Amino acid sequence: MLNISGINEGYVLDHIKAGRSMSIYKDLKLEQLDCPVAIIKNAKSSKMGKKDMIKVECPINALDLDILGFIDHNITVNIIQNDKIVEKKELHLPKQIINVIKCKNPRCITSIEQELDHIFILTDKEKEIYRCKYCEEQQKKKHRKS
Amino acid sequence: MRHLMSPLDFSVDELDDLLTLANDIEHYPEKYAHACDGKKLATCFYEPSTRTRLSFEAAMLNLGGSVLGFSSADSSSAAKGESVSDTIRVISCYADICAIRHPKEGAALVASLKSFIPVINAGDGGHQHPTQTLTDLLTIRSLKGRLSNLTIGLCGDLKFGRTAHSLIHALIRYANVKFVLISPEELRIPDYIREDVLIKNNVPFTELERLEDAIPSLDILYMTRVQKERFFNEEDYVRMKDFYILTKDKLKLAKEDMLILHPLPRVNEISVEIDDDPRAVYFKQAQYGVYVRMALILTLLKWR
Repeated sequence: MLNISGINEGYVLDHIKAGRSMSIYKDLKLEQLDCPVAIIKNAKSSKMGKKDMIKVECPINALDLDILGFIDHNITVNIIQNDKIVEKKELHLPKQIINVIKCKNPRCITSIEQELDHIFILTDKEKEIYRCKYCEEQQKKKHRKS
Repeated sequence: MRHLMSPLDFSVDELDDLLTLANDIEHYPEKYAHACDGKKLATCFYEPSTRTRLSFEAAMLNLGGSVLGFSSADSSSAAKGESVSDTIRVISCYADICAIRHPKEGAALVASLKSFIPVINAGDGGHQHPTQTLTDLLTIRSLKGRLSNLTIGLCGDLKFGRTAHSLIHALIRYANVKFVLISPEELRIPDYIREDVLIKNNVPFTELERLEDAIPSLDILYMTRVQKERFFNEEDYVRMKDFYILTKDKLKLAKEDMLILHPLPRVNEISVEIDDDPRAVYFKQAQYGVYVRMALILTLLKWR
């Protein structure tokens, strides 16, 4: 059994679909944080069979977790303070997503304009549809910004 | 400061005021001959356009203003790799208002976010062409007397035809408007218009393949060109471009007061033998395009 010590303050992202933790690491820009981050892959899960987890030791306002709602709203977000879970955060679809997915429309201005943020707006909450702010092309989750 | 990116940027009331102003300009042009004295319109056209650019320029000249700009990306700093954001910041120092056409969708929006002057989207790829829609609305309202209680047939390239998309968006805001969408299978209206606009708003519509089947029920027939530049593949273009041609015989099936609109340029989708028919209003429509752009320039400069 792999042991990773607990954290005093920060986040535990649980129930991540197995194999997705690295892409979430990138989406949350965790590589930019100067703090301990543990990625656990393929942990046993009674609910999911296998799952990934991410533990981040950081101030609890350091991460923008809205994007997780877009990636997978089934992820459990535990907020830790003084070694205890103080909140299980409910995930919602963010109203807009910036620089996480890339517009796939070759006719979109984002394909040529320098330094232009890729922004997607939630246009249909029920159907979970996001559209490019500029060309209104519907997003497909597989077209992630690299 | 306001910009015009989409016909929906204006509320129905604001649109009504704009069209009323355009009609006043039509009837009393002398009242507006010096309304823009000393003002400059920049026409930034990154792709070829004759009538839209000239229509904007005519509109500003009719108002007593002057115009400057470029008519292709090759003759602008875009050829040197300048971004739209940088170009508009520079143009903002030279002009009071700007009309921009760009082959990339969303380019006008990018410009508006960085601009210090009102920006008018004069066409951004296959996305929006709001001043064409304003032209269409003014033509219909002026010649039919209303924008509600109409059955409108849209014919031709409904997949890539931005004028058709914009017109649908604009007309669903009026009561009792029905659409008949006439196109080959390959060029049908995109799903996002069918589902998110028509079905979501409970707007009645039918989709037909034969122009003859649709004509008898229509109050307005809006013809569109199959645009070569919207295809990646020339073979597809050649195969489909002649599918829907309006002829004198087909027109015999139409109501006597049906109006035929076309955003122009026409290639061969409307036979020239129809041009003298009183129902053919596409050249009047081009004239209304100048009036509505005059009204738009005045309105945006007033709101600045």
